[in-house]
Amino acid sequence: MPPHPETWLRVTPEGLFCIPGGFHIDPIRPVARAVITHGHADHARPGHGAVLATPETLAIMRARLGADRAGGSQQPLGYGETLSMGDVRLRLRPAGHVLGSAQICLEWQAARVVVSGDYKRQRDPTCAAFEPESCDVFVTEATFGLPVFRHPPPEGEVAKLLHSLALFPERTHVVGCYALGKCQRLIRLLREAGWDGPIHLHGALAPLCRLYEDLGVPLGPLRPATVAARADLRGAIVLAPPSAVQDRWARRLADPVVAVASGWMRVRQRAKSRGVELPLVISDHADWDALLATIEEVGAPEVWVTHGRDDALVHALGLRGIRGRALHLVGLGEEDEGPEPEAAGDPAA
Amino acid sequence: MSVPAFAALLERLVFTPGRNAKVALLRDWFATQPDPDRGIGLAALTEELVFTTAKPALVREMVAARTDPVLLALSYDYVGDFAETVALIWPQRERSNAPPPALSEVAESLELTPKAELPALIAGWLDTLDAGGRLALIKLVTGGLRVGASARLARTALAEWSGQPVEAIEEVWHGVAPPYLPLFAWLEGRGPKPDPRDAPVFRPLMLAHPLEDADVAALHPAEWRAEWKWDGIRVQLTAGPGGRRIWSRGGEDISGAFPEIVQAMDFHAVLDGELLVMRDGQVAPFADLQQRLNRKQVGAKLLRDFPAGVRLYDILFEGQEDLRPLPLDERRRRLEAWVARLRPARMDLSPQIAFASFAQLGEIRAGARAASIEGLMLKRGDSPYLAGRVKGLWWKWKRDPLSIDAVLMYAQRGHGKRSSFYSDYTFGLWRPDGQGGEELVPVGKAYSGYTDEELAWLDRWIRNHTLGRFGPVREVEKTLVLEVIFDAAQRSSRHKSGVALRFPRIARIRTDKPATEADRLETLMALVERRTTDAAAG
Repeated sequence: MPPHPETWLRVTPEGLFCIPGGFHIDPIRPVARAVITHGHADHARPGHGAVLATPETLAIMRARLGADRAGGSQQPLGYGETLSMGDVRLRLRPAGHVLGSAQICLEWQAARVVVSGDYKRQRDPTCAAFEPESCDVFVTEATFGLPVFRHPPPEGEVAKLLHSLALFPERTHVVGCYALGKCQRLIRLLREAGWDGPIHLHGALAPLCRLYEDLGVPLGPLRPATVAARADLRGAIVLAPPSAVQDRWARRLADPVVAVASGWMRVRQRAKSRGVELPLVISDHADWDALLATIEEVGAPEVWVTHGRDDALVHALGLRGIRGRALHLVGLGEEDEGPEPEAAGDPAA
Repeated sequence: MSVPAFAALLERLVFTPGRNAKVALLRDWFATQPDPDRGIGLAALTEELVFTTAKPALVREMVAARTDPVLLALSYDYVGDFAETVALIWPQRERSNAPPPALSEVAESLELTPKAELPALIAGWLDTLDAGGRLALIKLVTGGLRVGASARLARTALAEWSGQPVEAIEEVWHGVAPPYLPLFAWLEGRGPKPDPRDAPVFRPLMLAHPLEDADVAALHPAEWRAEWKWDGIRVQLTAGPGGRRIWSRGGEDISGAFPEIVQAMDFHAVLDGELLVMRDGQVAPFADLQQRLNRKQVGAKLLRDFPAGVRLYDILFEGQEDLRPLPLDERRRRLEAWVARLRPARMDLSPQIAFASFAQLGEIRAGARAASIEGLMLKRGDSPYLAGRVKGLWWKWKRDPLSIDAVLMYAQRGHGKRSSFYSDYTFGLWRPDGQGGEELVPVGKAYSGYTDEELAWLDRWIRNHTLGRFGPVREVEKTLVLEVIFDAAQRSSRHKSGVALRFPRIARIRTDKPATEADRLETLMALVERRTTDAAAG
């Protein structure tokens, strides 16, 4: 009987720690050796010694944190490649969350644990699709771990935006979206829906769009929104961090329709209290149905929940005979689609 | 596709703050939806059509049978609204291939289906819809749509979409019923204008332009009639064999809120007048009338404590006879004779004020301090009764506003276009704090009166002088003085300061005045006293 993963994968104040491998996963404080699932600021923090991640995640970290703060040394590992860290065999598999996002598969003494990081199952033209891997323990997120969160197809949400542009051709449509992932996915969805014209960007979104293009995700014509004349922004699509769409920055826009693209837009009161006129339910996280389907697919008899609505998910797993355990990891879920709009919106975080 | 289309419209209306944008959404609905669904949707939005077939408890039972109780409770706790929780959590039994229902199918089936079969019927519909569609359907069948699209807004949208004047639509509106097939046929040029016949319909009101003091010189006293401008709400009383209705200024049916007036409408005529709360012939402050507004039903206590009456100033129809083409003087003669003959309960005549010159009339206007009077109405003696705001026939000559210098205390973000501006201002006056010092007490809130430049200046000032933030509200340093003007000050037990202002707005930013020199509460209270004790209503 192999040792239970509880004995070698521990929750520490820094985050999840793999004892036989000697590394942390997405640690919230500087550590000697870190394995990073993806580039969002709450997972990829500055100041670690050695950092291991996909080449894309490492590039994103360098772009956001600066080369000197993105790890003393950086070790890239492609999807599917295997690496030994001590006795631990480690592989990265696509998580479908944002470009470069990875699940971390760990094997030690005949037990396999998969740490999903953040993930989704919807199609995303900007990153590789989630690949389920059977395991003994599945460590999942639960950002949208309530049965009320069932994300509609994103194509339909983009169609709403384009219909609104047809209805209000003189108004700027400003869409609040997170700088990493959501922004680029939205652009690609718009391109697929036939919007060939320029898309205007808030300054905070431009660097990561350039990086995505460098990494092979073409985004079509992009323009800075900041220098455009108000008249040129009539009927234009402008993307901006969620915090900017309702504040002084947005005054440069022509009678804007304020949209926000987020899974939280599913709940009316969330959208209303933020003054959103056009809520678009587009999320980079697994919804309730996807969480349960994924857990069933990977076949793990035990599931650990890192953050989000662990109460509802653990309860639902109990009904299915799966042992659920809430890890209560702190510091996660603060950047993209974090629970508090004010904190979530800061593009510099 | 009609319930999903209706759901999409509903969702946009709920989130859209701008009136013009709402109108554009409704126009799109009229232009793109087929009959009879567009009419049913219109009626549902304006609450002309309200289903009460399914009780909320039924929906509760249906969802409870399909979901885990713990997950349902956690979800409801998060979402806050039960109908929305149900719409979001509803587990589709199997991906139904059946198309979603049309609105007409929903309306018809709700009428015809026996009660016992309702749950299966509604569940079947819910299985064909997405979350937005389910929410629309649940709100529809339980009669709780509440999207804030008034019938007046809908008529404006109909007018803009069809090119017919809104007054023409208002004339026929209350004579047609959902799904309004003859109305749409007329608006699309496929049929005649619907004839309301005996149905009690709203006739568009004749409205006045504001008169500036400088314009008065151009008027000849002999051509003009003067009346008090009462501080109530304008109403049209329509009564005859077809029924009795009280219409608000915008054509909303407010009969339900004033049963004692409806009871008194034992005649066949259409009258124009001011709805007021009156005690022994004395007009009560507007705050008293507010107690009676926006109610579907009223209890005995309200009827006793806030008795309503109508002060009449025009007659549009006497029996079948349309008096609107007659000159005002002739209509006035007919109105006086009619009142003398019928002596209707709870109604009296709004008196005309005799004057020889506008200088004299100006003095009368300045001397009237009763809070129930907003100023004067001037009407040309030869004016016919015309719909809308026809220039040069009727003027409103408002009394000069009152003014105080108050200190800005809190600021709140506005809505829509103003959502990035702190545009709503709570201001206060000084009073003794009971410990030998002075404290500010809030006396009102204003969100108009300033120019765009002043708004930008105030917004900047507020951001730079913030003491605390409470959601959309900021508390600011108590150092900025604003000159606030308002039409009247009235006693109010609902306000901490004991006083309520009528239509306060910002007149000027007084950067020249230190906050310590702003007005004191007693100054404002003196304005209250003077206006309510003086019974110069004439």
